[in-house]
Amino acid sequence: MAPAKTDVRLLGEVFSPSDEMAAFTAAHPEAGGIVTFLGQVRCESGPGAVEALELKQYAAMTLPGMEALAAATRARWVLDGLLIIHRHGVMHPGDPIVFVAAAARHRRDAFAAADFAMDHLKSQSWFWKREKTATGWRWIEPRPDDHRDLLRW
Amino acid sequence: MAAKLVFLGRLEDIAGTSELAVVPGPLEQVLAALDPALAVQLLGERVRMALNGALLGDGGGVVLVEGDELAFLPPVSGG
Repeated sequence: MAPAKTDVRLLGEVFSPSDEMAAFTAAHPEAGGIVTFLGQVRCESGPGAVEALELKQYAAMTLPGMEALAAATRARWVLDGLLIIHRHGVMHPGDPIVFVAAAARHRRDAFAAADFAMDHLKSQSWFWKREKTATGWRWIEPRPDDHRDLLRW
Repeated sequence: MAAKLVFLGRLEDIAGTSELAVVPGPLEQVLAALDPALAVQLLGERVRMALNGALLGDGGGVVLVEGDELAFLPPVSGG
């Protein structure tokens, strides 16, 4: 069996999840199942609608933390490949924020690995988020749900 | 040469800058030289600290030397 592939990227520019999905699928013909998750900036309407979202990262910790998370995910499930892409910088409604793909021989490992990686990206990775609405920019604190999600693991 | 403080998230807004060069020394001494309103926020119980990229258990006994980078990390919210 070829060594499993891990690809972790922190991007400052918009990316194409469908192109990433196509490339990841092509790179893993041995996998019987591929699970992907795409998180994107919500399109909303009304006075409280989010016009832009900014994620700040910290170079000394954010990417190293994502790489450690990928290693922990790989150690926990039998995967053929794992892809984690996370944006930083300013994003607008419809822009992709995070894309996770897990390839495995069997689907359950792929589902669980993607779910685990997402729960930890949401609540344990080094990102700080602020949103811009009609009234200006506002920092977003973590939701209690994000911490509860971690207890599942 | 100096040491560097890094302010993440809302702390950057409060500090008015993302980074600040400071005179190295014990952390209490470094914080005492800052605007008290900022120092209070930096010492908030939900703010964690990382020295040169490594998370600290607490700030007790930290002494900054030249070239050190001490980051103040409020609660994260990713994805």
